[in-house]
Formats: sequence, structure tokens, C-alpha cells
Amino acid sequence: MASSEEDGTVEEKENNNKKRTKSALTTAWLTFYNIAMTAGWLVLAMAMLRFYIKKGTHKGLYRSIARTLKFFQTFALVEVGHCAIGIVRTSVIVTGVQVCSRIFMVWFVASSIRQIQNEESVILFLVVWTVTEITRYSYYTFKLLNHLPYFVKWARYNFFIVLYPLGVIGELLSIYAALPFVRRSGMYSMRLPNKYNVSFDYYYCLIIVMLSYIPLFPQLYFHMLRQRRRVLYGEVIVEKDD
Amino acid sequence: MDLHLKVEVLDAKTREQLCFLDKVEPHSTIGDIKSLFYKLYPRWYPARQSLTLDPKGKFLRDEEILQSLPVGTTATMYFKDLGPQLGWTTVFFAENIGPLLIYLLFYFRVPYIYSDRCAFTSSPHKVVTMACVCHTFHYLKRLIETIFVHRFSHGSMPLRTIVKNCLYYWGFSAWLAYYINHPLYTPPSYGEVQVHYAMVIFAICEMGNFSIHLSLSHLRGDRSRGRRFPAPSKNPFTWLFFFVSCPNHTYEVGTWVSFSIMTQCLPVAVFTVLGFIQMTVWAKGKHRAYVREFKDYPAVRVAIIPLIL
Repeated sequence: MASSEEDGTVEEKENNNKKRTKSALTTAWLTFYNIAMTAGWLVLAMAMLRFYIKKGTHKGLYRSIARTLKFFQTFALVEVGHCAIGIVRTSVIVTGVQVCSRIFMVWFVASSIRQIQNEESVILFLVVWTVTEITRYSYYTFKLLNHLPYFVKWARYNFFIVLYPLGVIGELLSIYAALPFVRRSGMYSMRLPNKYNVSFDYYYCLIIVMLSYIPLFPQLYFHMLRQRRRVLYGEVIVEKDD
Repeated sequence: MDLHLKVEVLDAKTREQLCFLDKVEPHSTIGDIKSLFYKLYPRWYPARQSLTLDPKGKFLRDEEILQSLPVGTTATMYFKDLGPQLGWTTVFFAENIGPLLIYLLFYFRVPYIYSDRCAFTSSPHKVVTMACVCHTFHYLKRLIETIFVHRFSHGSMPLRTIVKNCLYYWGFSAWLAYYINHPLYTPPSYGEVQVHYAMVIFAICEMGNFSIHLSLSHLRGDRSRGRRFPAPSKNPFTWLFFFVSCPNHTYEVGTWVSFSIMTQCLPVAVFTVLGFIQMTVWAKGKHRAYVREFKDYPAVRVAIIPLIL
């Protein structure tokens, strides 16, 4: 589940209930970080558009933006650190899972399995991620600067309704397309017998990853829907407790 | 003057009034309130009730007395259903019987696990049999301790947690048993020496762990002398108490490290690391609780690894 729409909402609840004083340095760093990430994903968006306009095809597009994508998506690991030291009020685990799933898609699926880089599904999730991240990071930036235009808030809490399922479709189709190549090459796999008495089959690992979307996606999606109703319409939703 | 209190129980989520208890003795406990509540709502037995003074607050313990709580003449409490609960003994039993039996399924190479021609065969390596003996002994010992030694404090645990824990323990034992008993298993690199040394350490740690459990259960049983913290006794295995608050966890880590070395199997090592992390969390919590409760708690003691952690 690579949508990063989840986090930050707890942060808002806390801000509404009690003003949390952050040091100037923290605010400065977070503002810089979010501006930098907004800029980074904008650069990616521009690069993708330019490529498509110039070449008229999506073939080779991934290769052309791969390095920039790897850089900015990997840098997002910093957000896990933010949660860990407490300057962002979100669960470390939730953020960790989301960032890791994105990094997994970038490094272990798209970048390492060249044969799928020209698939339409890859372009699909790239576009979805780009729009989502630009919206999300600019939302945080404006919030930190205390000048949040309503349309940015509206975008953050409405785009996901369409983007999230589209992104999931793109990711799942990409992994599915990668399966035969993984099987044939035996990449990232280890067979018996060996000194450490362990085996690992990347093919089945990918299948398990695909299956894990089934329980995870609905939970995250409906959580976002509840957040949306609360933030945009002030409805108090009674959530089912664990 | 009427010294009786009134108790009002509201649903923590919907705030609707679930019951109103008139004429409650001020020295009643939360446990008494829960019993009265249970009479009105038979499906919510006391173990699954959570009563709090504040909808988001911590739940009140059963031993708390109504009079000592910060309430007026009418106490308002919030109820939350904790879901189906199972007693600790049942929980431990379920968690430990799984790995015991599952490992044996793999050891005897029950059909459909490995290829057909391997069904019901046995491994030519001695270490595989030794590993089975050790693993089985470890879980038998735990089951026996659960029934005869352990004295559990809390009443129960929610069903969801038990299912999660069982999946974890059962799943891991299946994973490691699969490789140790596999036809293509590779015995340890340093041969007999590695296996024998590991077995010795395994035996020491198991005995140590058992000694600590006995010592802790005696501590709990002996309420006559008030609350005391665990201390070393004549049994040399308990001398680890000089250095750590939770030597049972220390010995347990030792058991699994030795089992990893004995089998030279990476899944076992992974299980060991995860177990170590979890036990460190538990040990640190226990250590903090001891330090807070006992002013004369030995300063040299740490949580789980002598002088280090």
C-alpha cells in the first residue's frame, strides 16, 4: 500500500485540541523538508511531462526519471525519523510501513526488473504517486506556514478517493507483470542445500506481497474516508475499537 | 445519613446510560461493581469489562475501593467491552502446545511437507535428532511449568491477542522445523564440537530458567512477609539475580542462542533475535517497576544482560 495519505491526520487532531509548541528549529527544518519534497516531486512531474511531450511514448520514461525517483522516494525515510523523535505526531509503524512499501516498489520491483519498466501500469502508479506527493507535501508546507488555502486541503482529502485505488491497481499490475521474469531469473532467491539452512523464493514473496493488499487496502482507504468526513465536514465518527 | 453511594455506568463510546446502581456500599470494590453489572448484562462477564472514570482514561483495577476514588456521592463510570477473554493458563497452554506438536510433524516427515519419497523417513544426521529432543524438551518443560509452577497475576487476555500470539509461535516453529528436518539439511560447519558445546549451554540455560521460575513462584506464594523483590538463593543458577532483574529472560535468550548454534539454521537465529528484542522490552519494564517500588533495590542490577542491558 504505497499511498502516503494516512499520516498527519493525528497531527491535526492534536493541533485542534491543544496548541503544541514546537521549537523554531524544528519548524524550520520541517518547513524546509516539505518544501524540498514538494519541489522534488514537481521536478519529477515536469521531467515525466517533458519526456512524454518530446518522445510521444512512455517507453523509456522510467529509465529517464529513475535516479531522481530513487533519490526523493528514499529520502522520505527521514519521515520515519520525524515520528520516532516526536516532531511529527504520527505512529512510527504506520509511516514506516508506507515508506517501506514505496521503497520496495521502487528498488525491488521497478528498478531491478528492467523488463517491466515500459509497462503502462508502472506509468500509472508513477503518475498517481507524483500527484499524491505534490498534494501531500504542499499541504504540510502550507500548514506549517499557517497559510493553508482551502483548495489544498480539499485536494489532499479528495484526490485520494480516486488516486488511491488507481495507485493500487498500478502497483499490483506491475508486480504481476514482473512475476514471470522473477521466476525465470531466480533473482533474490536462495535454494537448499546451503550452510545456513534457509531458503527464499522471491517469486512467492511477491505473491504474498500482492495478497497482503487485500486486508490492508480497505482498512487504510476507509480510515482516510473517515478522516475526510471529520476534517472537511466536522462529523464525529465513532471508530470501531480494537 | 445515607452513606451509600450511587454508581452510574455509561457506555464509553455512545455515552448512553447502561445501568444505575442505587445503594452501593462505599467500601465495595470495582470487582463488586463488575459483578453487579454482569447480573444486568450476562454476556459481559467481569473479565471482559473495562471500567474507567474518564472515557479515555486507564481502566480501574478490580481491587480498587469505591470510597478511595475521586468521585462524589454519584460515581460515573464508563464501560468498554474488552472482547472475549481467556485465562492465562489457557493462553500459555495454547501458545506452547502448538510448537511442540508442529515440530514433531516435521521431524517425522509427515506426508505433503517434503517430497513423497521422503515421507516418514528420518534424517541421517545425529544433530537433527538432538535438535528435536531439545526443542521438544523445551516446550514440555514450558507446559509443565504452566500447569504446576507459574502463578499468574492478571486474570485474562483478549481472544484477538491470543490468536495473534499463537500464529506467531506456531508459524515460527513450523518455519524453523521445516529447515532443520529437511532432506537437504546441512549439519553445522564445525561438526560435533559445535553441537556438543551448544547442547551443554542449552542444558545449563534450561536448568537456569527453571530455577528462576521456581524462585519467582515461591516469592509469589509467600505473601506472609509482604512484597519483596526476587533475590539469589542457595541455588547457583539464581545467582544471576545479583546482576539482572529478569534472569529467566536471560536464560531463555541463552537457550535460543545455543539452539541456533546447534542447528546452524538462519530461521532459528531470526526467531532468537526477535525473541531477544521482545524479552528485553518486558525485562526493562519489569526492572523499572522494581526500581520504582523498592527503595533498596540493588543498584548493580540491570534488566536482562549483566552490566550491559
